[in-house]
Amino acid sequence: MTAARKGLGTIGVCLLLGFCTAMARANLPSVVAAQSEIGFVSHQMGVPIAGSFRSFDVQMSFDPATPQKARLAISVDVASVELPTDDAMREVVKPAWFDTQHFPRAVFESSAIRGLDRGRYEITGSLTIKGHAREVVVPVVLVQTGELTFASGALVVHRLDFSIGEGDWTDTSVVDDDVQIKFRLALSGIGPI
Amino acid sequence: MRPSERSGHYSDVAIALHWLLALALVAAFCVGLYMTDLKLSPLRVRLFNWHKWAGISILVLSLFRLGWRLRHPPPESAASMSLLQKRLAEGLHYLLYAMFFLVPIAGWAYSSASGFPVVWFGKIPLPDFVPVDKALAHLLKELHAALSYGLAALVGLHVAAALEHQFIERDSIMLRMLPPREHRSAPQSRQ
Repeated sequence: MTAARKGLGTIGVCLLLGFCTAMARANLPSVVAAQSEIGFVSHQMGVPIAGSFRSFDVQMSFDPATPQKARLAISVDVASVELPTDDAMREVVKPAWFDTQHFPRAVFESSAIRGLDRGRYEITGSLTIKGHAREVVVPVVLVQTGELTFASGALVVHRLDFSIGEGDWTDTSVVDDDVQIKFRLALSGIGPI
Repeated sequence: MRPSERSGHYSDVAIALHWLLALALVAAFCVGLYMTDLKLSPLRVRLFNWHKWAGISILVLSLFRLGWRLRHPPPESAASMSLLQKRLAEGLHYLLYAMFFLVPIAGWAYSSASGFPVVWFGKIPLPDFVPVDKALAHLLKELHAALSYGLAALVGLHVAAALEHQFIERDSIMLRMLPPREHRSAPQSRQ
């Protein structure tokens, strides 16, 4: 019995070690949610309205030596949106805007990553919001501080491409078509750039 | 004699500012009353922004108007007025001027505290002098509303007093603030 247990234990440890080694080889950085943010700025008659998403998942594989092989997928819980007023938060989840009941998640998936200068990358991928997919090019800057690597960038999208703000709200003299998306992801487990 | 030099009258600039601001104040007050009950729509967003632009314009014009008044003293009060009447009229004017500044500033602060910085005419971003804070925003909203009703009451008193002078005391003191129509046409007829 004891020998059998030992044998099982050894197999278990070996499996665990093997799994960990495989994980390390796969180079899967993880996101430190508390220090990461995805937000946006929209304009109403010239007034900047800033919002953010409290909840999102990031999956990525990234080896600084071979950035072209990197993959990035971000899935945002759209209903976790935060806006300056309660009124705005009640409004933005409605069918005319994000329609979170039918489209709970907004997704970005990379198709190609290109390294520019040191620490600067250009990620091409598809952004899907409210069932509409658009190809976007996202400039990303990596900055390493201690254990963490911060990936930040911004891009401008057109809200009407994604049917965000339907009916009366398509009027771009009230709400600009341009919306700036800004993000900063804190990543752990990335080797020196 | 140029119209601005008419004795016993306000200057042309003072008259123009008085009526322009009278119109702006009434319009901003009425839009303010109407817009707050609307549900969120492009119209509501438009009216809120126009209301804020009007408020800031009133603030700027009132500043200019105060500067003008300090450099161009208004005509003397009517000789028929008692000392008490003069004091009351003076006090009412001080209060009106105070409100011309306090009402827009409270509204501006309310907007900032709610997380909506004021961008004058959608072009000129104004600074936020209070932080974004829900409780503060609520307080400033109440303050802005209370001050607005206060200003409306003062305007009511001001109009009533002007009409009382014109139609009961018949001292024609109200004419000092009316456009100098007869003087405008006079130079041409004299030529």
